[in-house]
Amino acid sequence: MYVAVKGGERAIENAHRLLADARRGDQSVPELSLDQISEQLGLAVDRVMSEGSLYDRELAALAIKQARGDLIEAIFLARAFRATLPRFGASEPVDTGAMRVRRRVSATFKDIPGGQILGPTFDYTHRLLDPSLAEGFVPEAPATSEASTAPTPRVTDILGRDGLIESSPQAEEGATIGDLTREPLNFPADRDLRLQNLARGDEGFLLAMGYSTQRGYGRNHPFVGEIRFGEVEVEFVGEDVGFAVPLGAIELTECQMVNQFKGSATEAPCFTRGYGLAFGQSERKTMSMALVDRALRARELGEEALAPAQDEEFVLSHSDNVQATGFVEHLKLPHYVDFQSELGLLRKLRKEFAEASLEADASDGMKEAAE
Amino acid sequence: MNAPAYNFAYLDEQTKRMIRRAILKAIAIPGYQVPFASREMPMPYGWGTGGVQVTAAILGPQDVLKVIDQGSDDTTNAISIRKFFAKTAGVGTTTATDQATVIQTRHRIPEAALHENQVLVYQVPIPEPLRFLEPRETETRRMHALAEYGLMHVKLYEDIARFGHIATAYAYPVKVNARYVMDPSPTPKFDNPKMDNCPALQLFGAGREKRIYAIPPYTQVVSLDFEDHPFEPYRFNAPCALCGAENSYLDEIVTDDRGSRMFVCSDTDYCEGRQAAGHHGALSAAPYKDKAQGDANG
Amino acid sequence: MTTIAELPPGFADKVLSAQSTFRSVMDAMARPGSVQRIVPMAGTAGSMMRGTAAIALTLFDHDTPLWLDARMSESSDVLKWLKFHTGAPVVQDTSIASFALISHGDALPPLERFALGTNEYPDRSTTVIIQVDSLDSGRSFELRGPGIDGVATLQASIKPSDLFVCLRRNETLFPRGIDLVLVADDAVVAIPRTTRIVNKGG
Repeated sequence: MYVAVKGGERAIENAHRLLADARRGDQSVPELSLDQISEQLGLAVDRVMSEGSLYDRELAALAIKQARGDLIEAIFLARAFRATLPRFGASEPVDTGAMRVRRRVSATFKDIPGGQILGPTFDYTHRLLDPSLAEGFVPEAPATSEASTAPTPRVTDILGRDGLIESSPQAEEGATIGDLTREPLNFPADRDLRLQNLARGDEGFLLAMGYSTQRGYGRNHPFVGEIRFGEVEVEFVGEDVGFAVPLGAIELTECQMVNQFKGSATEAPCFTRGYGLAFGQSERKTMSMALVDRALRARELGEEALAPAQDEEFVLSHSDNVQATGFVEHLKLPHYVDFQSELGLLRKLRKEFAEASLEADASDGMKEAAE
Repeated sequence: MNAPAYNFAYLDEQTKRMIRRAILKAIAIPGYQVPFASREMPMPYGWGTGGVQVTAAILGPQDVLKVIDQGSDDTTNAISIRKFFAKTAGVGTTTATDQATVIQTRHRIPEAALHENQVLVYQVPIPEPLRFLEPRETETRRMHALAEYGLMHVKLYEDIARFGHIATAYAYPVKVNARYVMDPSPTPKFDNPKMDNCPALQLFGAGREKRIYAIPPYTQVVSLDFEDHPFEPYRFNAPCALCGAENSYLDEIVTDDRGSRMFVCSDTDYCEGRQAAGHHGALSAAPYKDKAQGDANG
Repeated sequence: MTTIAELPPGFADKVLSAQSTFRSVMDAMARPGSVQRIVPMAGTAGSMMRGTAAIALTLFDHDTPLWLDARMSESSDVLKWLKFHTGAPVVQDTSIASFALISHGDALPPLERFALGTNEYPDRSTTVIIQVDSLDSGRSFELRGPGIDGVATLQASIKPSDLFVCLRRNETLFPRGIDLVLVADDAVVAIPRTTRIVNKGG
């Protein structure tokens, strides 16, 4: 006697209860607050905001908490919420040249107007586990000084003044700004959509792709013209209002790579650009993005495009970790019926193979007997 | 905090309009994959987001929804999706095929013949039938534009050369209305004939790949084959152990670790209906109890 | 001058009315020649029939460039109503329109001027909505094609009288082509590009 499996609904409910319990962990340990996550796991929050395409520290912290620290799961939560929000339009372009800079380094010039500013960075820390951080650590008050009022022009603008680097492509007046969350991506993609895809793309995927260009799979001779991190103002022009309304300030990291020069008989040689931008402090992400952006410009710049990082369809189709994780993980869903069909076919092929072998043996045997 | 508030059937109206326009185009061009701006849904890509978006765009309060996965109403993902719509749209749900007006499915077409007042919504992982031959969208799009399907026939013929048969057992490609080669989603090829000249409207949603396509009612759907190797639906040659059906698609159930197997209908509603009507198989438990516990409204 | 407050209203219940209207249009498109009814009521402006208004509220928005025939585009009531309720940008160029609204068939431009899509993207075509006199009386037409169980019969009073003759171009263009939605008051019939029509006279 056999009774088909039932009770899936109860199983799901119980699994979710168990998850909630596991998420909380040992209840004698104090619960994490969203402030704690936002303040003390700030770079995780930055990543969730960037790849989740949603600038909201509190919701990102909640997503991290809900996802038990699984950042791709947290990014997914942020995206699913974002998808339900109405879209009012696009902000005015932010002016990263006017950024209130907290960190800013250039690898191309020893000194630059406004100075190099190391800011809060892991660079030059010695990666030794620090037991004093385990509990009760009170950091020394940071060194402070009067904020500088000196302008901090972008290094690429300095190069651009002398024509040493190609000018930043300017959007046509009144051109609509693509949004791949509103229109499906088609190939070849315009640069606005490509950059949006990369900005939402998985940090690890972009890191590996960028790294591959350094190892010869589509080399593009990068120099970090500048990385800057700080606050910029966001403004929005409402259709009915007619003028720019400030919405507030957001933290951004921008990386401008100075790359392999181009030139021809009719065009003076100049450096080319790769661009990276992300919410919060996300240097690895923006540097990787800039490398990949430059690699994806190969065709536009008349270079051979043979390496994976130069393959637009390959990179843009596989950069999204929410899509990737969903499809990889869906393999754990039941596939009984298609597997059964495959199993039936395989059994049939094996049976025919065995029969054919038997026949072959038999006719070999007959041959031998006849000889 | 920016607390979430959700619309009827979850999707906002702008998204529904976009999906509805894509559905109309899909119906007008049978078998052609219409690109649409698939949204991030509250379930993962690959778990039915395309089907869920199509269902959310068509569903109304008068609808009665059935959701199946692998032919069963009680598999976990089917329950999860049915609960999602019961919660966000408050629609009635059912496990009875003939009572549903909208049926969302993963991997099966119900055994009972569908009727004109029904819409069958398929969840599709990879909508492009040529994808396994050519990974580039730019290339496959060109091939569809030119109706250049030679490569597919070459692939099927290579199977015959190697195995003596077309070695595709599920997601078996079809030609719709004598024009577009189409992926039927990973249904077993047993189900392919049900798509042909079907009275119900068939809609296909691929969320991650951002495509919607359709087969209008009463449309010719032909499984690709060759004159000397005609299409053959596969079914394990046994009656269902529970209801004795001789013509339904069967799940194989491993009953011990010594090679024992039993075969039962994959379409649980069909099987239960037959048992209720007095049909018996070799291993049926009578009377059948604990029916349809998974029904959220039941 | 009509102020916004004086504009005829949209749907009373935006969400459910749009869903119901869409299902009627979807059924019409899926079963060419069948006459579907649009149930939810909305205000209309100018020469717009109530079926047309409901379809506009259901399918038009900022993302759908809209072409209007002269009678519609010269009516400031129609323009205001459409802009306020749908936000669809009105365009002069037929070949970039997602939808075209034809208040009366006499004003129908040659169909090939509308977007026909490309072989790669046949979906990038105009859906032409034409208001007609009647969808239950008039000449008889026989329709065949996907969505139709054998033959469907449509009785309709349609202008221009050679509309279905012009539509034969769809046959050679496929998968490119245009899809028609015919509206008479609250009745809707769709003629997708796959439908073949024979005039039975009457």
